[in-house]
Amino acid sequence: MPVPSPFHSRTSKLCHSMLWKDWAGYLAVRSYTESHEPEYFAFRHSAGLLDVTPLFKYEVHGPDAPRFLSRIMSRNVAKLKVGRVTYVCWCDDHGKVIDDGTVARLEKHYYRVTAAEPSMHWFERFRRGHDVEIEDSSTRLGALSLQGPKAKAILESVSDADLDALGFFGLTACKFGDVSGWITRTGYTGDLGYEVWVENADAEAVYDAIWEAGQPHAILPAGLDALDVARVEAGFVMNGVDYWSANHCLIEARKSSPFELNLDWTVKLDRTPFVGQAALERELENGPERRFVGLVIDWDETERLFNSYGLPPELPISAWRDGRPIYAPEGAWIGMATSGAWSPTLKKNLALAQIRAEYAEPGARLQIEITAEYRRHKVAAIVTPLPFFDPARKRA
Amino acid sequence: MTYDAVIIGGGHNGLVCAAYLAKAGKKVVVLEKRHVLGGAAVTEELYPGFKFSVASYVVSLFRPGIIRDLDLPAHGLEMIPLETAYSPRLGDQGLCRWVDPERTRREIARFSVKDSEVYPEFGLAMTKMARFAKGVIDAPAPDPASLKPSELMELWRFSDELRQADPESLYMHLKLFTMSSADLLDEWFESDVLKAPMSVSGIIGTYLGVRSPGTAYVLLHHYMGEIDGAFRSWGYSKGGTGGVSMACARAAQSFGAEIRTQAPVDHVLLENGRARGVVLDNGDEVRAKTVISNCDPNLTFLGLVGEENLDPEFATAIRRYKLRGSSGKVNLAVDRLPVFPGREGSAHLRGDIAIAPGTEYLERAYDEAKYGDYSSKPYLNVVIPSVIDPSVAPPGKHVISIFVQYAPYHIKEGADRWPEKREAFGDTVVKTLAEYCPGLEESILYRQVLTPWDLEKQFGLTEGNIFQGELSLEQLLFQRPTAGWARYKTPVTNLWMCGSGTHPGGGIMGASGRLAALALLESEEL
Repeated sequence: MPVPSPFHSRTSKLCHSMLWKDWAGYLAVRSYTESHEPEYFAFRHSAGLLDVTPLFKYEVHGPDAPRFLSRIMSRNVAKLKVGRVTYVCWCDDHGKVIDDGTVARLEKHYYRVTAAEPSMHWFERFRRGHDVEIEDSSTRLGALSLQGPKAKAILESVSDADLDALGFFGLTACKFGDVSGWITRTGYTGDLGYEVWVENADAEAVYDAIWEAGQPHAILPAGLDALDVARVEAGFVMNGVDYWSANHCLIEARKSSPFELNLDWTVKLDRTPFVGQAALERELENGPERRFVGLVIDWDETERLFNSYGLPPELPISAWRDGRPIYAPEGAWIGMATSGAWSPTLKKNLALAQIRAEYAEPGARLQIEITAEYRRHKVAAIVTPLPFFDPARKRA
Repeated sequence: MTYDAVIIGGGHNGLVCAAYLAKAGKKVVVLEKRHVLGGAAVTEELYPGFKFSVASYVVSLFRPGIIRDLDLPAHGLEMIPLETAYSPRLGDQGLCRWVDPERTRREIARFSVKDSEVYPEFGLAMTKMARFAKGVIDAPAPDPASLKPSELMELWRFSDELRQADPESLYMHLKLFTMSSADLLDEWFESDVLKAPMSVSGIIGTYLGVRSPGTAYVLLHHYMGEIDGAFRSWGYSKGGTGGVSMACARAAQSFGAEIRTQAPVDHVLLENGRARGVVLDNGDEVRAKTVISNCDPNLTFLGLVGEENLDPEFATAIRRYKLRGSSGKVNLAVDRLPVFPGREGSAHLRGDIAIAPGTEYLERAYDEAKYGDYSSKPYLNVVIPSVIDPSVAPPGKHVISIFVQYAPYHIKEGADRWPEKREAFGDTVVKTLAEYCPGLEESILYRQVLTPWDLEKQFGLTEGNIFQGELSLEQLLFQRPTAGWARYKTPVTNLWMCGSGTHPGGGIMGASGRLAALALLESEEL
């Protein structure tokens, strides 16, 4: 049975819909009212406040922390500057992705790693010979994500952090009143946004402060349904949805390399050894078999299809994550769409898909299976560069 | 230098038209009289920190196909749907219709259990009808008087769709075209609390009352959002309605179009009866293969072309085209949200607020207008975009947009006497709204009052008509603006139209601009 997060006393009071789900063993709000849409628009136009405590968190201390983490992560995090965060994935010996997350360097010998899954056992496996200590801080720290164009103004009024100086993927320790915590310029919405990290005991006070300060800025509490739409627009992959952790796969075909998840940019091969490096080098020689792409499902074809039944086009009300087959123009199965959403901002029907590499050229017109009036059909889906939506304010 | 096309007026339709032409590789210049783009779809910071959608205040049915074709989100367009429809009442918490159908049912049931159950049925019936309306909006209007094969084909396609509909839908169609919105709603509902705010969508921008025949048709537009791929396409544009115009402008520029502001056009340059370009107020000539007017038909032909250059029959038809603006606008900057007794929080303020307490109230408001007065108890359509889009006001403060009907252009003292009545009109509007939310007056930091006379002078909307001509049935489809000239082309060779005065007209839809561009690209003239 899922357990409450340290913000539960606050989120449960606001959750009028009673729509909850299990996120990594925690009670997590799907949407606070009957529709997630206002929360999605808060991410894009004001600010949405999301409890992200269920992320797994690890504190890595010690003189060998840089060397140790670099040995595991796809990126050389020893080179990460103090006060910076980076996005990484980590692989097994065969170069297949186990999980993705962030690595933040809080101090010279102190890092914090976030993960979608319990990862202690994996980190422990490589600890021998390193002077490091790993603490699973998952249940000690609460985390909030404040996303949207007004996030900066809100956090400025509740903390002493210099947010003008906090660039994209920056990190700073700060005070919220007399409470200590951290702010990172990170998020999962593809918008301007921050994440706040505090001790459980301080969670409610910090939530109250942000909530109060957010009122004049039209803040809304936001749940996972709104996040799901935003993250599809932003083109972010999700462990357990868009790929399977290599540690959980019964068959090889379910495993993915970083190159097959559009995570090429998180992989730095030309450096000190790390887990999976040799396999990844070999993979690049021949080129990855599959690619992770954005698809825009053709509107006119969809409309014609539904109209042929006398219906207006039926679109998913929220993001979907049940897979759908993707076919080549000539009809062969070439992969699957793993998640998707109707984009309220772009007015486009979007999908994220893993397909055979030779079909992954932007502009390629593939086919996706859709169901209309209980019958299966195919409509065109056009390969589109990610992210689908990339507002300038994200990096501003 | 000669352009392929010069577009007179940088309203949203002119900019959409420019973008489509430029995307097709044409050399286009847009000339805007004012210092800002957008025409009536414009955002202006009239008071420091407060951004007003000065004239047009919601985005209605902006064609999603245009958003995709022109990649407008990449050029800054972000739309936010209206979430609620709230009708306050005196001495009662009023009626709020929500996105959540069950919540709406409970609200309506407070006034009529029967109506609360019929409401979704009515929605279904209207949605069925709206499918046809959508086909009408996204294509040029076929002309039933023409024997051209292409017109006949279009008519056939259209009638074919109609014949596939069930008989009940066909009868309903006939009713929609002939009945008044109030009468149609009387057939379905019993509670005036529900009927009154629903009926007003039939009269917005017209010089008609809710009991005037023909007003039922426009009710359909409110059900189109569900089926046209925009899903809830009535909404705000981030940063105000000027955001739509600016995104269209940036898209046009990205395709190579040139846009000039503070470039008022004096007249269309005619040589041997053909349009060759335009002459600006300062005497400069801008020559082009085609001239496209985004102005209303009256201003285009009687103003920029000149009656002496038109066939008398055509000039008469244009003179008969009804503009007769009937509405005004009051914009407020306030230091707090208005409080409607009986409702807490701000959830009920996330959409539009209609001061339409009863059908009789609305019809009486029209009575005064019929005889040349503005309504002493007007219908108000109020939105507070800062509730959802905090970018338009400082933190905790708000902008309130009040659409007011009726404010006839032709008041009995004469239209040019409007400036003397402007502030008294503004007082009437604020007083009317303040009855429902006491304390409003004390919260006002700034007020702008726009009478129809102001709309004409400031935005070039003849007689202050917000749709560049009434959206009444006799001026729609193949008769917009006038029979025989509903295909964007005009009797003046090389002169085209792309504004709301052409089919399908309407609010911020962009449909006229797009269809005009497509017609021009198909023609041999470019």
